[in-house]
Amino acid sequence: MNASASLLSRLNTTVRDIPRSGIRDFFDIVSTMKDVISLGIGEPDFDTPWHVRESTVFALERGATHYTSNFGYLDLRRALARYVRNVFGAEYNPENEILITVGVSEALDLALRALLNPGDEVLYHEPCYVSYRATILFAAGVPVAVETKPNNGFRLTRAMLEAKVTPRTKVLMLNFPNNPTGAIMSGADLADIAAFACERDLIVITDEIYGELTYDAPHTSIVSLPGLRDRTVFLHGFSKAWAMTGFRLGYACGPAELIEAMMKIHQYTMLCASSLSQKAALEALARPEIDIAEMVNEYRRRRNYVAGAFSDLGLDCHRPLGAFYAFPSVRRFGLSSRDFALRLLHEERVAVVPGTAFGPCGEGFVRCAYATSLENIKEAVKRIQRFISKPLTS
Amino acid sequence: MDELLKLLQTNALESPENLARMLGVTAADVSARIVDYEKKGVIRGYQAILNEDQLGLDKVTAVIEVKVTPQREGGFDTIAQRISRFPEVSSAYLMSGTYDLLLFVEGRTLREVASFVSERLSPLEGVLSTSTHFMLKTYKRFGVLMQRESSDERLSVSP
Ligand SMILES: Cc1ncc(COP(=O)(O)O)c(C=O)c1O
Repeated sequence: MNASASLLSRLNTTVRDIPRSGIRDFFDIVSTMKDVISLGIGEPDFDTPWHVRESTVFALERGATHYTSNFGYLDLRRALARYVRNVFGAEYNPENEILITVGVSEALDLALRALLNPGDEVLYHEPCYVSYRATILFAAGVPVAVETKPNNGFRLTRAMLEAKVTPRTKVLMLNFPNNPTGAIMSGADLADIAAFACERDLIVITDEIYGELTYDAPHTSIVSLPGLRDRTVFLHGFSKAWAMTGFRLGYACGPAELIEAMMKIHQYTMLCASSLSQKAALEALARPEIDIAEMVNEYRRRRNYVAGAFSDLGLDCHRPLGAFYAFPSVRRFGLSSRDFALRLLHEERVAVVPGTAFGPCGEGFVRCAYATSLENIKEAVKRIQRFISKPLTS
Repeated sequence: MDELLKLLQTNALESPENLARMLGVTAADVSARIVDYEKKGVIRGYQAILNEDQLGLDKVTAVIEVKVTPQREGGFDTIAQRISRFPEVSSAYLMSGTYDLLLFVEGRTLREVASFVSERLSPLEGVLSTSTHFMLKTYKRFGVLMQRESSDERLSVSP
């Protein structure tokens, strides 16, 4: 037996059987090419606000270079309790109901591992962020995808959940505003889903990392609805609204028993989030209205531009209401999402992400991120126009 | 401030069609509003923002603090407007604090600026004293950093 085959057979089978993210694959292709305009980047193009960067340098100079409390700095948790109350409408005790994590990514993993026993089912909606399915599987859960569709703006409804819920369902995962569709929830649908979660006694994990980034109507968090706070883990972080992806800072808020369980895993595996990033986050919370408003205005203008341009091109696209993604259908061109994206890349040097990276029901769509300059967006639209005006049969 | 003006401040060359698309209005509406702003004098002109250090020009810029006596009629405005009319003066502001007017004065050489100060500015009636500082290097103008930030460090595709 050759060495690598024998190593493969010794891997954990769950890990071995999960494919790499489709995004990663696509990145490997794009990174070998020159002059590509990328609408494939799922992070802000803005620089982290200067006052945040400057105070991080200051924190480094002053020696904030040690382990922090496992929960994270208390002053940061206090500031977060105020922020979450003001913006999302839920009260948390900074002493024991808020945990600072290495991004929403870690928080999501902790929440699932703290909750799931092998075989517990997790309802989540697709198309969705690339990590959800894998993170559920790593936590020995059973992922149960619910498809959202463009005909109602990719919103989730109670009826969709009713069709997939079973006695083994323990957790409902939500992500609005949504990556990759740009969908947000209507108040009525959200209330229905909240009632459903209470009736079925489900724990809700809500990833609200794009919560500040909505363009027509404000975002409502499910934690603010009656009865939900005590069965919900609220996840948020600094990556998107503050353009701080590389700081790797997020947090979880929830009932003390749940946060305590998550903290135990975090304590033994991560110890604490970066001290410098925590200092940066504290500074970021000093004037969020100002920092975020400017970026939101700019995203809104780009969203308007992209929505208008796609409709002129005859691309079938529901209106994105949040995050920084448009998710047009490319079905009428008769190519798979992947072939469409590959040909667009090779023939016109525009990178978009095939919808299938976000779940099988993403087939027929591509994700276009408008977290890039208007110059780039304009050029990309021009190239897409040229691309789709040719016959595209495979 | 009107969103349209904000957009023009960052790029005055943007076409009315693109501006309209970003703002969710019609191109005709954008053009009409721009004409209106120009007529009313809200928009005073359009300029390119240059990194002059890169051009190696024969040019010096001085920042001059000026103390003046306000006139009996017209206060500071009369003297400030008189000074502003000199083509050498590129900007002029009334200030609070230890002096009254702040001028940006441009010339080809140090000597040229010096003679403007001593022969034209200081002798004006109402000018009490001046203090001249020469500019050495420009880091930022009109909100634009002169040294470009490093290019996009983001991965070309990410989740
Ligand atoms: C929906 C969603 N959740 C979580 C993340 C990861 O966030 P973080 O940088 O806080 O780990 C992303 C990043 O793209 C995302 O889109």
